[in-house]
Amino acid sequence: MTGFYTLFHKELLRFWKVGFQTVLAPVLTALLYLLIFSHVLEDHVQAYPGVAYTIFLIPGLVMMAVLQNAFANSSSSLIQSKVTGNIVFVLLSPLSYREIFLAYVLASVARGLVVGLGVYLVTLGFFEVPLRSFLWVLLFALLGSALLGALGIIAGIWAEKFDQLAAFQNFIILPLTFLSGVFYSIHSLPPFWQSLSHFNPFFYMIDGFRYGFFGVSDISPYFSFAIVTTCFLAVSWLTLQMLKTGYKLRH
Amino acid sequence: MTPAIEVKQMHKRFGTVTALGGVDLEINPGEFFALLGPNGAGKTTLIHILAGLILASSGSARVMGHDVVTSYREARRLLGVVPQELVFDPFFTVRETLAIQSGYYGLKNNDPWIDEIIHHLDLADKANTNMRALSGGMKRRVLVAQALVHKPPVIVLDEPTAGVDVELRQALWRFIKQLNRDGHTIVLTTHYLDEAEALCSRVAMLKQGKIVALDSVRNLINSISGVSLRLRLSPDTLPAALLPLLSSCDEGYYVLAVKDYSQIEGVLTVLRGEQVQVLEMRLLQPDLEEVFVKIMGSTESRELA
Ligand SMILES: Nc1ncnc2c1ncn2[C@@H]1O[C@H](COP(=O)(O)OP(=O)(O)OP(=O)(O)O)[C@@H](O)[C@H]1O
Ligand SMILES: [Mg+2]
Repeated sequence: MTGFYTLFHKELLRFWKVGFQTVLAPVLTALLYLLIFSHVLEDHVQAYPGVAYTIFLIPGLVMMAVLQNAFANSSSSLIQSKVTGNIVFVLLSPLSYREIFLAYVLASVARGLVVGLGVYLVTLGFFEVPLRSFLWVLLFALLGSALLGALGIIAGIWAEKFDQLAAFQNFIILPLTFLSGVFYSIHSLPPFWQSLSHFNPFFYMIDGFRYGFFGVSDISPYFSFAIVTTCFLAVSWLTLQMLKTGYKLRH
Repeated sequence: MTPAIEVKQMHKRFGTVTALGGVDLEINPGEFFALLGPNGAGKTTLIHILAGLILASSGSARVMGHDVVTSYREARRLLGVVPQELVFDPFFTVRETLAIQSGYYGLKNNDPWIDEIIHHLDLADKANTNMRALSGGMKRRVLVAQALVHKPPVIVLDEPTAGVDVELRQALWRFIKQLNRDGHTIVLTTHYLDEAEALCSRVAMLKQGKIVALDSVRNLINSISGVSLRLRLSPDTLPAALLPLLSSCDEGYYVLAVKDYSQIEGVLTVLRGEQVQVLEMRLLQPDLEEVFVKIMGSTESRELA
């Protein structure tokens, strides 16, 4: 247990020591999105009846911050350790591949939740956001950040250089988040795009998370929960296989 | 007795490059062992396989009887490796680095031992300095310290003295010798053969992924028979009677190969008889370097060509 705990703690310190970049900067980014989109779209879009667009937007932005930062944490930590070579200290140790997995995922969850909470708390200072079910909110935040933390491990192991990681982020993570319904309800989309959205796991994370706030969603939260859980298990299995076989880590 | 390190039929290929071509090696507990060989011979590859950083193409390796793949946790707990590359985590200070490394091995209250390592490696004034701010030699000391946090019974040092000043080199070897006396098995690689000769009891020489010599330092040196006699003469001509002994002649120095010490007297008698005066005389004892050069000979000449 001590080995796992040490790695987890080290991963926490790693982002906490540079909290200005890893926590404050993403909170600021999310607030800028809120400012711009709500200003431009407030009078044009109404996603759910009786819910102002800005209020609708807030949970989506919070979740987007959670997901992106969870991914950024494990992926950037791994690629940095690989490029600088200090990954050997973990690889030389008797830490099991499961402990390594758990430590990186939990640190990602922690970073995702801290940033998400930051965005949420700041917006509370300006807007009145309902909170129907804290349990659903927490559940989706935990599952979503864990899923992205595991994906971050895959990306960090697979990428050999920083630009490959950036490509993973820009061509996979970013489009999937933007097209997941952070900024709109998918019911406002044409039928083709609407059905395409159903193949995007990020859509279920955002939708389920938002359900916790409004008690309304595009799809049943139970169904979203099942989808996200399945994705998490599949991605975790793949990550564990990579760590177990030493893919791109032990040559 | 379980060997400290046991390597059987180890093969490793990187694409088309064969880094190890069937290495068999046993190192006993308590030995001070050197792994020697020119650049690219496969020393680091072998060490990395022991450490689990590289997966073998075929063959097996054990540390204190534990297979490095199937019971990797036990094997790694018993092994401390100082990597050849200077790596560090720029987020932490020296002391934090050592505490984290202890934690990876499941050690919680390791401060007394960490303090001792810090003291022996002369890192006390740098203990709270960020790794980024250390000089190269200092970083190397921290690497050594990190390998020792869990008091491993088997310690492997991959060129620990590259880029390290004389003072630390001596302090480091004093500390490592102390650990060896306390029962730790030491395996090192170095390109300074005098270091290996002074410290190690046994040596393996690797050449292109194969072991080409494996013996005690004493036996290896004894394998080179005789001694060499280096002379400067006046007048500067070697008597014809001594020409059969001449092994090289360079800028007025004649090097004669003699079988044993008693032959020296004969040489001097000839010189006296020919009225040749000896200006300088030096007896050259064979050393590990000579053995190394002889064994690696073909490789060296190819590299120079
Ligand atoms: N990751 C790798 N990919 C491809 N080839 C490699 C890799 N690592 C080592 N090699 C090759 O394997 C051979 C053995 O390398 P190794 O690092 O074990 O040599 P060494 O004996 O440690 O040399 P040195 O004294 O320079 O440290 C070399 O030909 C090297 O180029
Ligand atoms: Mg090497």
